[in-house]
Amino acid sequence: MSIWEYANPKKFMETSAWLLPWVAALAALTLVTGLVWGFFLTPDDYKQGSTVKIIYLHVPAAMMAINIWVMMLVTSLVWLIRRHHVSALAAKAAAPVGMVMTLIALITGALWGQPMWGTWWEWDPRLTSFLILFLFYLGYIALWGAIDNPDTAADLTGVLCLVGSVFAVLSRYAVNFWNQGLHQGATLSLDKEENISDVYWLPLLVCIAGFILLFVALVLVRTRTEIRARRLKALEARERMA
Amino acid sequence: MIALLFRDLRLAVRAGGGFGLGLAFFLIVVTLVPFGVGPEGGMLGRIAPGILWLGALLACLLSLDRIFALDFEDGSLDLLATAPIPLEGVVTMKAVAHWITTGLPLVVAAPVFGVLLHLDGAAVWWLVLSLALGTPALSVLGTFGAALTVGLKRGGLLLSLLVLPLYVPTLIFGAELVRRGAGDMATATPLLMLGGITAATVALVPFASAAAIRVNLR
Repeated sequence: MSIWEYANPKKFMETSAWLLPWVAALAALTLVTGLVWGFFLTPDDYKQGSTVKIIYLHVPAAMMAINIWVMMLVTSLVWLIRRHHVSALAAKAAAPVGMVMTLIALITGALWGQPMWGTWWEWDPRLTSFLILFLFYLGYIALWGAIDNPDTAADLTGVLCLVGSVFAVLSRYAVNFWNQGLHQGATLSLDKEENISDVYWLPLLVCIAGFILLFVALVLVRTRTEIRARRLKALEARERMA
Repeated sequence: MIALLFRDLRLAVRAGGGFGLGLAFFLIVVTLVPFGVGPEGGMLGRIAPGILWLGALLACLLSLDRIFALDFEDGSLDLLATAPIPLEGVVTMKAVAHWITTGLPLVVAAPVFGVLLHLDGAAVWWLVLSLALGTPALSVLGTFGAALTVGLKRGGLLLSLLVLPLYVPTLIFGAELVRRGAGDMATATPLLMLGGITAATVALVPFASAAAIRVNLR
């Protein structure tokens, strides 16, 4: 029994069919719990007022935006090295989700920045590197869309994902050098003395878990769709041959 | 490999090769900027490093889709891929040829354009230095983008979307180097970073480009 068994599309479809309702239900449950708890049952911050509650969408979305790219990097590597089709399709399925997460983080950030910093947008390193990450997602998705042959598309987007990862990280540090930050530093670190207060921290944790589950559910749905689309194509090709 | 370099250079220089078009484009950008932002010398001098770097970026971008497209259409890319020299070497030579035909003229002509935009004396030399250090990275990253999109019918716009985000670090450090040089500030960090980015891309990105071409020729 190894993890590579799930690279078999049939096995993947069986497992994910069983898994999907549970993950989706759990995602809905945690998201509703976390957001209701965060929005209605926590006090206003003494400085930021009720705008502090944007954190329950902003932080999880931003975390997912980065982690989804990392997940795409891993699945691309698996595809390039071991040629498992499910892996390439999972990367393809994850990209639009990641792009939307980046967009959510950018938009909620703008909505939060307007009352707090007095500006919708500032060329701050964090904000700028998220915009660049968004462009990387756009390019990745556009390359998938532009190539007809699915294996060629998987290979080329895989290579793009590898090179893009290096340059995304490089850009992150380059923009640090280029402009001073307005965005606050990390307040969720595990190794720091002063972090966000527990009142906000616990519902935020639930929200993060909810976003992760939501992402897993969406990727499962989208990967299953991709696999079914592949099967349809194979069936059509077989009929044309007959 | 040297023969391949000379072949590409000859193809670029002779009729229809588009040699010098990048330079003309650069000139047009520099001419249009004062119309857009107004002719005051002080402001032009301040934004000149950014304008000249952006112009170099766009001029480089213009000629990217020609790097592999012609060879792909007439089949010589297949021959190059099966030739005894490694494909990574072919890709590197293509990048070098692209740099000599678009990057190098820009580096040489940059002082003139700097004068047009009221860039003062010392900053001009920082500009030349930064372009000389940075444009090879632009060409190498451009060949990577061109290698990804070589099989596509209408790859031009996609090519810019893929390549431009990769140019971000080079642009940041290149323009920063000129800005610091013009303001008499410490230039060591951007200088070293720019050189490091170029060295690393020239050394590593050809492997990715060659991999992409192998996929596209499959």
